[in-house]
Amino acid sequence: MPLAHEHDLHRRRLSRNLGLGGVLLALVFLIFGMTFVKVTAQNVQFPETVPGVQKAAPVAATSGN
Amino acid sequence: MTDVSLNPQADAGDAAYESQFGDYIALLKPRVMSLVVFTAFVGLVAAPVPVHPFIAFCAVLFIAVGGGASGALNMWYDSDIDAVMKRTVGRPIPSGRVGRDEALALGLTLSGFSCVMLALAANIFAGLFLAFTIFFYAVVYTMWLKRWTPQNIVIGGAAGAFPPMIGWAVATGGVSIESVLMFLLVFMWTPPHFWALALFMKEDYRDAGVPMLTVTHGRKSTRKHILAYTVLLAPIALFTGVTSIGGPIYMAVAVVLNGLFLKGAFQIWRRDEAAAEADAYKVERSFFKLSLYYTALHFAAILAEALLKPYELGGW
Repeated sequence: MPLAHEHDLHRRRLSRNLGLGGVLLALVFLIFGMTFVKVTAQNVQFPETVPGVQKAAPVAATSGN
Repeated sequence: MTDVSLNPQADAGDAAYESQFGDYIALLKPRVMSLVVFTAFVGLVAAPVPVHPFIAFCAVLFIAVGGGASGALNMWYDSDIDAVMKRTVGRPIPSGRVGRDEALALGLTLSGFSCVMLALAANIFAGLFLAFTIFFYAVVYTMWLKRWTPQNIVIGGAAGAFPPMIGWAVATGGVSIESVLMFLLVFMWTPPHFWALALFMKEDYRDAGVPMLTVTHGRKSTRKHILAYTVLLAPIALFTGVTSIGGPIYMAVAVVLNGLFLKGAFQIWRRDEAAAEADAYKVERSFFKLSLYYTALHFAAILAEALLKPYELGGW
């Protein structure tokens, strides 16, 4: 004897539930993908910000004198 | 357990129709969505700022979901007139496959979701632009203008014209002359496209009480309007060709299509109802068919110019 009784409702809603499950899985994949792309993009951009920081330092030192 | 206990119909063993996943997809107007996806994608690709392919995919998807959400809100509000018109009677709400409340809930949820996700994926401006577009279509067009003025198609057409601008905004974070021209291309094309349809689907709009130009101002006036908008559309389409998104391919396509479109509009203007009824609106039907190719081919040409640019084949 099955532990849970399969109601007719479950059969009628099968396509809806499978569709929603697919949508939720796709959402997980999208958010993971976007996060990955944005994080790696930031890593790529990081070295470009370093010269700006280095340039600012001598100016501050000159004005201090 | 919970879904069964919360659903009295199911508890009673009622075998009433259960909404299927496809019914909810139909609420999002997938055919309209395809035009939204295509024009938004072209706007994004034609923009001078490169976007990561995955972000571009997500952005176009969220724009499509936003467009679908506004379609669901439109079906929720217009379910009464959809039930009267032959063309729309098979939609999910009038055919009883989805409840009105469900359509409203789906529309609102997907609206919020798509705008927030687009803002996160691309930029806040693009997210706000999508929110404005949904508001414009669902509130300004559907709730306000559609049943009030015969210019409903003109103003409502703006909502359908925003996607290429949103695609452009995803890449650039702003607006420029090129994105405005892509907007105008769809905006000015919409009235002749729908009025040609209204000329040979006349009973539908009359039965629903929608103030379509054919009903309020007569068919002769509608024919004049089609010609006027087509004449105004042609220079916009041609001017787009000399901007940074244009090029020889686009220009060739624009010259041929606008020549044919003008010829069709001129023929519609010259005809009277007796002639149109005699050949079952042959000219109007072929003009409508041409109008379907008109936007698709203009945007395909813009896409071709953008894709060929890296190989020094696209653009001027």
